[in-house]
Amino acid sequence: MNNNNGFPKKHPLSVQLDLTKFEPLTEDEKRQQDIMSTPTTFFKDGMRKLFKNPLAVISIIILLLIAVTIIVAPVIVPYKYSEIISVNGVRDKTAKNLAPFTYSEKEQAYREAGGKVFPHIFGTDAMSRDYFIRVVYGTRVSLLVGLVASALVLVIGLIYGSIAGYVGGKTDLIMMRIVDIIYSLPDMLIIILLSVVLDQVLGGLSIGILSKLGTNLISIFIVFGLLYWVGEARLVRGQILTIKKNEYVLAARAIGAKPGRIIRKHILPNCISVIIISTALQIPSAIFTESFLSFVGLGVQAPMPSLGSLANAAREGLQSFPFKLVFPALIICLIVLSFNLLGDGLRDAFDPKLRK
Amino acid sequence: MKTKNLLEVKNLKQYFPIKTGLFKTKPLKAVDDVSFTVGHGETLGLVGESGCGKTTVGRSLLHLYEPTGGEILFNGCKVTKKTIGSLRREMQMVFQDPYSSLNPRMTVEDIIGEPFDVHKLYSGRKERREKILSLMELVGLNAEHATRYAHEFSGGQRQRIGIARALAVNPKFIVCDEPVSALDVSIQAQIINMFEDLQAKLGVAYLFIAHDLLVVHHISNRIAVMYLGKIVEISDSDALKTNPMHPYTQSLLSAIPIPDPKTARSRRRIVPEGDVPSPLNVPEGCAFQTRCRRVSQKCTQSCPPLCDKGNGHLVACWHA
Repeated sequence: MNNNNGFPKKHPLSVQLDLTKFEPLTEDEKRQQDIMSTPTTFFKDGMRKLFKNPLAVISIIILLLIAVTIIVAPVIVPYKYSEIISVNGVRDKTAKNLAPFTYSEKEQAYREAGGKVFPHIFGTDAMSRDYFIRVVYGTRVSLLVGLVASALVLVIGLIYGSIAGYVGGKTDLIMMRIVDIIYSLPDMLIIILLSVVLDQVLGGLSIGILSKLGTNLISIFIVFGLLYWVGEARLVRGQILTIKKNEYVLAARAIGAKPGRIIRKHILPNCISVIIISTALQIPSAIFTESFLSFVGLGVQAPMPSLGSLANAAREGLQSFPFKLVFPALIICLIVLSFNLLGDGLRDAFDPKLRK
Repeated sequence: MKTKNLLEVKNLKQYFPIKTGLFKTKPLKAVDDVSFTVGHGETLGLVGESGCGKTTVGRSLLHLYEPTGGEILFNGCKVTKKTIGSLRREMQMVFQDPYSSLNPRMTVEDIIGEPFDVHKLYSGRKERREKILSLMELVGLNAEHATRYAHEFSGGQRQRIGIARALAVNPKFIVCDEPVSALDVSIQAQIINMFEDLQAKLGVAYLFIAHDLLVVHHISNRIAVMYLGKIVEISDSDALKTNPMHPYTQSLLSAIPIPDPKTARSRRRIVPEGDVPSPLNVPEGCAFQTRCRRVSQKCTQSCPPLCDKGNGHLVACWHA
């Protein structure tokens, strides 16, 4: 220790801090103090955490790829999901059960004559239809069911749960007993019964979109809307019960805010993360149920494929043409796995209790 | 319309049903037969130990709980479920816990601006923002804090946000529900002084609920002491300090810490015996009889009414 750098010499017995061990801030470090972090919202913070999670990012990429494929493929691929392959305007009934990237005899001959044939990426099915486009349409149907059904569940569950949780008392008691009753019904049985009954009821009215989607698809939506909202309603009610106790809700009441505003502005934003997560996890379960229903023959109507019905059709020639089961099954697995991983990622990113 | 007293509370009762059996309910008398008045621009302190019903009184005044009985007159207008909607612009509340009384998903601007949105008090975005900024300046917050979230502030700053929110509607009366008990002492002083400045500037009246007698004595014109849902003594704050008449007030005052060890040692503390009885079975007669050192036959038989002992010093005790 010396006096060279302008500091007085420290007495060996002194408890004073040793000033020589300090060094002045550099200009760079001084500037760090000036910059306060910009306020981040809870949502931005959560998204940043989500994109740091490799599994969640991979799931998002896979889901985006699937989404792009099912939107773009029908434009590029010249085949239709309900039509037999035709070569040069003539139906080619020999193009049955082709393996991926192979051609039937007629197509081969046409190719050799100089014509162009779009390859059958996934081969063809037992009725000489291009299998790739059928899988694409099947995925469309499955995803549509998954998204619409979870949206229905979300809307019904959110409204029902909010009212029960916020109003409380006897209203809550009655509303939640209704939920308990619906919860105790064996859902598969009800789904099967409902889809049979609804099929007949809806069969009579064929209006625009209804007829296009097929009554079975509509009945699946209704079944989901009727049965699966109960879990969501319970979740929302529980969340609202805990958040309702906070003083800021009381403060909003003291200001004079109406219940609708309190729920919208104060309660829901504070439990939205839990709701998003449960909805993300609801999608794969809806897809799974739809696939199961189609597999047992209660799903979408015949020419329209769904991943479940494709898998069911593939059972017949399973030993000769295993690829026909592999493709739809693989897509189901990919979608369900991605949504589950994404849901997990969302939970890790947004659930404050899991914050480190 | 201007009445002598801004707020008049007559025989306010607030009972909560408590389930004691499968089908049996028993009323919990959180507030039982409480009457008091608050003048224009006056501060009434309300003290008492935990669970004596101070907060419930404050919340009942604003109809956050529907009162079981009694009458509340604000500026001569009866406070009921129907009139409370418009009266919320006249009566506001500052809450105890600055951490849970601000919505964590809202910016400071939105928190303070919420009363504007609810009562539609502004004509455009720009005017709303100007009003919010002037409120923030009034309570000593920087304008650049407007876009931040509540969790980015300290306890004292949060309480300032809560006060700005209460002031947004330009109220005549604010219920301050233990606004400083969650803050540390140096910040308490700042906030208390701010309350006083605001009163001088805006002429608001306060019902100042607290359990710290020194704080209450400092800020209040008059003090009411509560015990088990009843007011046992109301008086001018200096008179209460120098001449407490109710045995409960006497023991409360004797528990105030004295910042001088010598005087503190020579002082005799009056410690009431036993515990507070459960509010589910309040003893018949005087509520304080189980712990009072001057208890007599009369106390166990009938409840003493609040009697004027001169100069507006009201005491509910047979022996005072």
